[in-house]
Amino acid sequence: MKKNSKIFRQNLITYGMVIAAFIVVQILQSTGHLSSLFTGLLVPICVYVILAVSLNLVVGISGELSLGHAGFMCVGAFAGAFFTKCTQDTITMVPLRFALAVLIGAIAAAIFGILIGIPVLRLKGDYLAIVTLAFGEIIKNILNVFYIGRDSNGFHMSMKDQFSLGMEADGKMLLGGPQGITGIPKNSSFLAGIILILITLFIVLNLINSRDGRAIMAIRDNRIAATSIGINITKYKLMAFTISAALAGMAGTLYSHNLATLQASKFNFNTSILALVFVVLGGIGNIRGSIIAAVVLTALPEMLRGLSNLRMLIYAIVLIAMMLFNWAPAAIDWRSRLKERLKHSRANGKEAA
Amino acid sequence: MSFLSYMINGISLGSVYAIIALGYTMVYGIAKMLNFAHGDVIMVGGYAALTMLLNANASPLAAVLVSIVVCTVLGITIEAVAYRPLRAAASPLAVLITAIGVSYLLQNVVLLIFGSNPKNFQSVIPVPDLKLAGGALMITGETIVTIISCIVIMTVLTLFINRTRTGQAMQAVSEDKGAAQLMGINVNQTIALTFAIGSGLAAVAGVLLCSSYPSLSPYTGSMPGIKAFVAAVFGGIGSIPGAMIGGILLGVIEILAKAYISSQLADAIVFAVLIVVLLVKPTGLLGKQIQEKV
Repeated sequence: MKKNSKIFRQNLITYGMVIAAFIVVQILQSTGHLSSLFTGLLVPICVYVILAVSLNLVVGISGELSLGHAGFMCVGAFAGAFFTKCTQDTITMVPLRFALAVLIGAIAAAIFGILIGIPVLRLKGDYLAIVTLAFGEIIKNILNVFYIGRDSNGFHMSMKDQFSLGMEADGKMLLGGPQGITGIPKNSSFLAGIILILITLFIVLNLINSRDGRAIMAIRDNRIAATSIGINITKYKLMAFTISAALAGMAGTLYSHNLATLQASKFNFNTSILALVFVVLGGIGNIRGSIIAAVVLTALPEMLRGLSNLRMLIYAIVLIAMMLFNWAPAAIDWRSRLKERLKHSRANGKEAA
Repeated sequence: MSFLSYMINGISLGSVYAIIALGYTMVYGIAKMLNFAHGDVIMVGGYAALTMLLNANASPLAAVLVSIVVCTVLGITIEAVAYRPLRAAASPLAVLITAIGVSYLLQNVVLLIFGSNPKNFQSVIPVPDLKLAGGALMITGETIVTIISCIVIMTVLTLFINRTRTGQAMQAVSEDKGAAQLMGINVNQTIALTFAIGSGLAAVAGVLLCSSYPSLSPYTGSMPGIKAFVAAVFGGIGSIPGAMIGGILLGVIEILAKAYISSQLADAIVFAVLIVVLLVKPTGLLGKQIQEKV
């Protein structure tokens, strides 16, 4: 019981942190202290926070390295934007349409999560990583050659080019290959982002502290021991993978409704890697850490914009230095020695006084 | 006839992948880490050779040698500064992310020095093109040199690993670091040597790649790097003949897919083949299946 209340308190702190950040930003915004640059960053920060938390579910809680998370984000982004484009005239209530788009994005990504997860989760370690990478690239590549249009006769689909759709004169392009989806209404807002972050946290934190979550972590810690006490490895791994994919899809929909044009090439390997950087830097398995890392690392390059050419260089050096500082056994030793010495000198100081 | 020339192009591209994949696979075999900065070492090798050719008017051979030396030193430095401190880290992911940091660092340093515009790389290979069957089948000099270098590198490396004491030390370290150390092998030195060889090979690959596809930008290395990584996994990561087979198969599949199916979907097809192979043989074509002991 005591342990439960401790977890509850920890979770409350995490939720509170997000809500506090929202309130602070709102106050700053209404008093005009927020630069337009930072205002433009608010939705992307929300997107990356959700992405990082969802990837942490796979990498930290389930213990599998995924290098294709951008693929799920891509599926969610396209499914959500496609839905919005199709129903732009029929559903006029924007919040409802956006909520449905997010739901569609999440479901589409979850379906891909299951389809990819079933074969992929048979593999282990680096092999699993490379297959997720491969799937991420395949999703991006296929979306790049897909053309969908709609006219009075219904939908037309092609994998060659715009003209082979054979549309009537009144036809409208919905998905234009490498051009992607254009003219997406800008429905994302900071409020929507914060709500989606809270939903994500609610799902992930509750999963971690449930019976299922403990089963997932047991598999991570010792696969063989977990099997021997009757935990269904495939089921639980697939569960974590699918939920993570759905959340990434949600992030994707939020992302796509923040841009007027959506292109598949945006969801490349680097995006997957970026999400992984958030997770590892924030602490593998540490949800709160992921949030902080995502916020800091999304804001950092923009804050350094004044340095133009140097900014990515500084980013790279900071990344390497932080990794060495956080993870190198020698650095950890040095830190604990330093802490010890500080404690010692403080104790000595007290004695002297 | 066109099929034959596609095949030859594929083998040529595959040979470059194979040389890059060797670097990946050796480092993985011995240090158990995915060195994501490997692709960028290729790019640095290309720039080193280009600078020698343009600014120092060096002969092609000298340019290649300088490029190999630069990359070797770079590889040893990266290993010592960024990877060695993390070798005993609690999570293997730590060193992976650091490798990504190193990759960004290399790209941006080159970007600052040389700018983001792609540079035109004139071929350093003096071998003339070979015309067969009355000119219907043309094999470029670059192709011939690439394929021959790949075979030579492969043979020398296999002999080195299996016949010399240093090579045996590498095998021992890759098998069991602790036991190797007890046998008096200097583990740090052996790993540094592996990085040196891998990076030197990356320089060769860089020059060959740029000679066949004459455009060089700070991001040139990343896609071939990923492809070579795929090739290494394809053949069974950690296995040297596996890297060779994986690389060549990958190159051939890519070129054939581009020629006969769709140039836009070529990458997707390559990755799809990889997935199928891994689902049938989860440790790659020549990978060893290690049974987990309880």
